[in-house]
Order: sequence, then structure tokens, then C-alpha cells
Amino acid sequence: MTDFARARVLPVGAVLAVLLMGWYVAAYFLNAPQAEALMDPDGPQGFWAVARAVWSMDRPVLPTPDQIAGNLYDSIFNYPITSPRNFLLQTFYTAQTAVAGLALGGVFGVGLAACIVHSRVLDRSVMPWVIGSQTIPILAIAPMVMVALGNIGFTGLGPKAAIVGYLSFFPITVGMVKGFRSPEPMQLDLMRTYNASGVQVFMKLRWPVSMAFLFPALKVAVALSVTGAIVAELPTGATVGLGARLLAGSYYGQVFMMWGALVLASVLSLTLIGVVRAAEFSFFRARGGKP
Amino acid sequence: MLVCIALGVLARLALVRHPAAACVLGVMAVAACGAGLLKLAREEGFLARLLCPMLFGLAILWLWEMAVVGLSVPFILLPPPSAIALALWNNAGILAGDFDQTFLHAVLAGYAVGSGAGFLTALAIDRSRFLRAGLTPLANMVSAMPVVGIAPIAIEWFGFDWPSKAAVVALMTFFPMLVNTAAGLAEAGAMERDLMRSYGASYWRTLVKLRLPAALPMIFNALKLNSTLALIGAVVAEFFGTPTRGMGFRISTESARMNLDIVWATITVAALAGSLSFGLIALLEQRVTFWHSSFHKRT
Repeated sequence: MTDFARARVLPVGAVLAVLLMGWYVAAYFLNAPQAEALMDPDGPQGFWAVARAVWSMDRPVLPTPDQIAGNLYDSIFNYPITSPRNFLLQTFYTAQTAVAGLALGGVFGVGLAACIVHSRVLDRSVMPWVIGSQTIPILAIAPMVMVALGNIGFTGLGPKAAIVGYLSFFPITVGMVKGFRSPEPMQLDLMRTYNASGVQVFMKLRWPVSMAFLFPALKVAVALSVTGAIVAELPTGATVGLGARLLAGSYYGQVFMMWGALVLASVLSLTLIGVVRAAEFSFFRARGGKP
Repeated sequence: MLVCIALGVLARLALVRHPAAACVLGVMAVAACGAGLLKLAREEGFLARLLCPMLFGLAILWLWEMAVVGLSVPFILLPPPSAIALALWNNAGILAGDFDQTFLHAVLAGYAVGSGAGFLTALAIDRSRFLRAGLTPLANMVSAMPVVGIAPIAIEWFGFDWPSKAAVVALMTFFPMLVNTAAGLAEAGAMERDLMRSYGASYWRTLVKLRLPAALPMIFNALKLNSTLALIGAVVAEFFGTPTRGMGFRISTESARMNLDIVWATITVAALAGSLSFGLIALLEQRVTFWHSSFHKRT
């Protein structure tokens, strides 16, 4: 533990501390012109007076971390959980979209990968498009999908999850094709000598082997899915979710609304990745392998 | 393949007047296409490898066109490819303006600044083990965050025009570059480093002659990843507010006005720009890091 502390905790902590200090300094210089204009000319002057004004402004250019945290605390604990002003509720909506989309993209991505591995035609004709599609800014179609699906009376979670699923299935497909192909020829030959059917080879060899590729692909997909969920919440008419809060904050100049949404989106993303990592760890532990 | 294309074109032409004939021709075209794909998939060689996905892409476009026109899918749901091509042609001027605003200004500036700063930071922290241990986990963490969310804040700081988008792009591309370059600089093995030391090579000489070349594959990885990220970042940042041009602006306003053909045309432009820049970097990579194992011919 002490080794871990020395190798990891200390450097990360030091860098974080420097970043925090830099943040306060930056906030001072960015906000000072406005704060000085607002200050009471008869009140106390000098560096500390300016600093106090700067770090407690209502609409700062750059809010300080403690202001952001205070506002988040206020939003989460001083409003009922059902109030739209409660950030926890908005995070829940976004998380719902991200997870539903991830499930959709995961099932579709793994299925497509299984088809590609077993069909030469699909491999030759579809795979280049799957790889090529990663170079396309797919996120750009999100508002259009929302509007188009909304026009045929398809609103709510479904279209948003569809966008997230669409975004997250590419890394999963690419990773799983690699994973399903990773058994060595010798292992495949062994399965053949057992007279194993295609389904048996898949279930007993390809599927277990591909797990080493599934989890890294899932981590990429999770990061994409939270971004996707936020973008899916942007189009006009969307009222729930962190993306909608972000846009509303941007329209009405609500600095803390934007920063709060941003912080919670990051926390959500990191939490989901943590879940994947924990699943990976326990999965490989259960199998007796090294984590 | 030609037979298949000819049948497909005929079926499309017959679709409006003679649906029955179109059906027959369409089934024949699908059969020809399937047979063509099966044949191409079995053949080796560069041409077959290129034609196979092309034929498949054409078939998808054709199916899309046939389904949308034949089943009269409402235009606001999904316009047929022919309408998109027409919109592309008719609005070339507007689309070129959007391309200039989003790609030539926001994306290129942000990409250059973000990747360059990431690279230089990686070089700087490489000299200190402490900094590397402290920054790498943080950079990894930020890479997993939805950085696009910074867009409204960037707009508040840098104004509505392209600099705010370039700032978002720069921030999005900074961390992948930092992480990859840092990992790449660690690529050079202890043996090679020892050899350089026995030559009496200075830090800079070792860096230029050994460690940077060894890091190039990772750096190109980041460059490729960043080219996609940059375009996404610029387009999404424009959803939050922009002067009346730019790809993101076009997509969000025209989809609200139900002009879906223009939206799709913009997406086509974005897709082409994304694929082309990715392809260019990949080509450069092939030229520069030809020695890397991933480019060796499989035996």
C-alpha cells in the first residue's frame, strides 16, 4: 500500500493540487475586471477584498471549484428529487439514455461481429464500412434523427437510446471481430478434432477468448455513450437530461448550471467506466486469471 | 457487377410507372448483386478487395432509394439518396461556406493547437517521472469525459465565431495526444537506450534518433483518433451557438426546418472531409512508419 501511495497517490495528488491552485489564480485574473467594477467604492480595497469579491461572484467568467461544488450540493440536497432543478434527476435521465443505448449497441455490435466472423461475404463487404464509419462524425446526425423520429410520434427514451446505440456499436463490433478471431489455429484445430459444431466452437472457444477484447471496447463505448446521450438531449424541445441543462445554461447565461451539468456528466462517465472495470476485474478473477 | 448495376438502374426507373416490373427487376438485381458479392469475396487481389465493399455500398444506397421511393416514406423521415445528391449540387455554395467555417477554420486550428500542445506537454513531462506518474492517470480520465460539454463555456469565453469551436477542438485533441505520445516515448527498449548511452549520445540526440521514431506509431494513432474527434467537436460545439454558417449550424437549423435533404448533404460533406483527412494521415503513416510490424505483408 505504501508503494502504491508513493507511486500513484502522491504524484496525482500533487498535480491535482497544482491544478486547483492554478484554477483559483486563473479565476482571479479572469474575473477581476468585472468584480472590481461591481465593488463598493467606499468598502475595503486591496488584494484580499478583490479576491473575496472575485471568488464569490454570482455570474463569474470562471467559477471556482468550491462555488461549483456548493451549487451542486444546493441543487441536489435543497430541492426535492422530483424537481427539474435537481441535478441528480437530470443525471439519472442521462444515465438511463446512456445505459439503454449501450445495451442496444452492445447487443447489435456483438451480433454483427459474430456474423462478420462467420461470413466471408460480410467480412469483405461490411467490415470496410464499419471501419470507415469511425472516421465519420456520426454524432452530427443526432439532431436530425431526433427530429425525424419525433415527427412520426416517436419521442422519449427510444430515439435517444437509438443514437447512443448507433454511436457505441462501432467500437464494440471492431473489438469483438478482433476478439472472435483471436483463438489460435491450434486451438481451432483442437476443436475440429473434437468434431465440435460451429455453435460449439463459438460458445466454448471464441466467446470466452473474446472477453479480453470486450471490456476495452466497452470502455471506449461508455465514453462515447455519455457524449452521445448529452448530444441527443440538445435538440430543441428536449427538456430533460444534462445536455438540456447545458443548453439552457448556455442560453440564459447560467454559469453554474453549465458547470454543474459538465461536472456531473464527467462523474457519470467515470462511474460507468468504473462499473465496467469492476465487472472486468471480477470476471477475470472468477476465471482464475490475472486481473 | 455491371449487370447488377444495369438491372438496378432499370428497376429504379420503372419504379414510379410500373411497380410490378420494378419488383421483378429489383429481385433480379438483388440476386445479381448477391452472386457478385459471393464471387468477389472468394477472389484475392487488390481489385476484388476494393470492389467488394463498393458493390455493397452501392447496393445499400440502391435499397435505400428503392425503399424510400417505393414505400413512399415521408420526406421528413428519410429523403432518398437522389434528393440528397441534388441538394448537394444545388447548395454547393452554402455547403462550401460551411466547410470553410467549420473545417478550414475551427477544425484545422483547433487540431493543430491541441495536438501540438499535447505533443509538447508529453515531451516536457517525459523528463520527470513524478510528473508523468501524476499526469497520465488524469489525462486518461479526461479522455473518458464528455469534453464536448465545455462548448457553451468556450462560447462564453471566446465568442460566437470559430475561435470558441477551435478551443473546444483543441481541448478534445490535447489529451489523446498527450497520453499516446507519453506512451510512445516509453516504447524504446532499455537495450536500445543503453546502446545510445554507450555512444555517448545526449538526451536530445537520443530523443530525435531513437525515441521519437519509436513513438511515431503511437503518435499517428493519436493523430488519426484526433482527426475524427476534431470534426465531432467542431460540429457539436456549433449546436450551442454560432454565426449563421458552419456545418453544425446548418444541421441543427435545417433539421428544425425539415429540409432534411440539406442536412444529409451536409453530413455527406462532413463524412467526406472526415474520411479524407483520416485517409491522408493513414497514408502519411504508411510512408513514415513503414518499418512497423503492422505494415508488414502477412505471410
